[in-house]
Amino acid sequence: MSTRTFKIWRGDSHGGEFNEYDAEVDEGMVVLDVLHRIQALQANDLAIRWNCKAGKCGSCSMEINGRPSLACMTRMNTFGPDEVISVQPLKAFPVIKDLTCDVSWNYEQNKRIAPFKPKPRGRDGEHRMYQQDVDRVQEFRKCIECFLCQDVCHVVRDRGRKDAFVGPRFMIRLASLEMHPLDDDDRVPEIKKEYGSGMCNITKCCTETCPEHINITDNGIIPLKERVVDRYYDPLARLARLFAGRKVRTKTRSEEQSR
Amino acid sequence: MPTRQLTVLGGHPTGAAATARKDRWWVSPLTTLVVLTVFSIYVTWAAFQGDNYYANPYLSPLYSPVLYTDPSVPGAAPIAHAWIGAWPSWWPSFLPASPALLILFFPGVFRFTCYYYRKAYYRAFTGSPPACAVNPVAGGTYRGETAWLIFQNLHRYALYFAVAYIFVLYYDAFISLFRNGELGIGVGTIVLFLNATFLAGYTFGCHALRHLVGGGMDCMSCGEKTARYGAWKRVSWLNARHPNFAWMSLFWVGFTDVYVRLVSMGVITDLNTWTN
Repeated sequence: MSTRTFKIWRGDSHGGEFNEYDAEVDEGMVVLDVLHRIQALQANDLAIRWNCKAGKCGSCSMEINGRPSLACMTRMNTFGPDEVISVQPLKAFPVIKDLTCDVSWNYEQNKRIAPFKPKPRGRDGEHRMYQQDVDRVQEFRKCIECFLCQDVCHVVRDRGRKDAFVGPRFMIRLASLEMHPLDDDDRVPEIKKEYGSGMCNITKCCTETCPEHINITDNGIIPLKERVVDRYYDPLARLARLFAGRKVRTKTRSEEQSR
Repeated sequence: MPTRQLTVLGGHPTGAAATARKDRWWVSPLTTLVVLTVFSIYVTWAAFQGDNYYANPYLSPLYSPVLYTDPSVPGAAPIAHAWIGAWPSWWPSFLPASPALLILFFPGVFRFTCYYYRKAYYRAFTGSPPACAVNPVAGGTYRGETAWLIFQNLHRYALYFAVAYIFVLYYDAFISLFRNGELGIGVGTIVLFLNATFLAGYTFGCHALRHLVGGGMDCMSCGEKTARYGAWKRVSWLNARHPNFAWMSLFWVGFTDVYVRLVSMGVITDLNTWTN
């Protein structure tokens, strides 16, 4: 057992400051355990969102020593013996109280995405797909919606461009729909013009931060960017489509409706 | 919907490159900055030399393929090596007569528009952002790759040329097994083969290639053992190692030019089996 100093941001939407707490830390503890001890013994009104304590519910997202992290997956033995540990709420979303944020913007983005639209059934009346074709989509299904990727993405976090980019989590959701062998919808014009694939400059912080180790950039966002290239930026592909008389959508649904 | 309203609550530091991180986050972008700067300066210098790029039977990769050559220049490729012929009279006199200037554009564009290098230099050179959870260096309205950076989308065209160069570089490595018609091997031969192999590992792990060989399809195999799915799996394997191959091939291209240059200048002696 040892005593460790925590610097925790306390406040609400009107403002706040860092408060220091000395806490007893036992072997094997994670940051969330220590925060609970501080809550129980020193700061009963400390607001923390948490649920499973196993890195699977995605609730205890916060910034520990400046890094967006899950408090339940950040082990105390990863810090130096005399290190003061700073704990802050996520930067990208409005603070409700202390370490809790209003992440409802994310749910709004989710509602904007056209849902799965199954292809017609085969001749035998079944929907068929093959494991190797859905392997890459299943990687994206590991997402626990902790929104750490949204928080660390500089477009959402620092650039104030929530108006132009849905963020890495929803690029992954779009990829899981677009690459699905049984999905029949085409979201490419929306991916470019509404969800903002061009806003991502592939600096890969989402991938580095993801607690589920989803390869967000290489397996999700870049393949979507390449599909946008097929549709809009490849002159030879456009010529080939012209000669083959093949039509593809280049306007979004809202552009089509406003015509 | 909130637009440009930035949160300052939560005790997050404000200002360029500010962060609450305590680790040495600046080591990685700084290393990238130094390595890429040194490499760019060296390659530019080497490309403008126009001499000592050939040491029979080795050709520097910065000068390959040789379209025109002026054999009177010390360390220049012989005329038989040139794809077109003797150095052209129309070449402007203010530019050095260097064959590298004719061909370096394509590999240059391939690296510049590479999805991996974009990450590396957006972080290191433009600080956009310099590291994760570190404030961007420059303010102003961010438009990502939708404004003038839209040309990055032409990466696949740079890829087509880069693939052709791989074959050329393997050909160079293969003919470096023969000096004046005699079969043999030298340290330079190994250097050239490694160079082509690292570059192949880098080029065939390209994100655009991964899309073109099969990633663009939703149903790559549809239950069959298709060539498309097999190719996608192989490119994906290389793609996961894209940064490693990017740095290895970058270093090795530079080293290969240095090696050929020093042998050509007579500064070092190439160990080899040739007797002629």
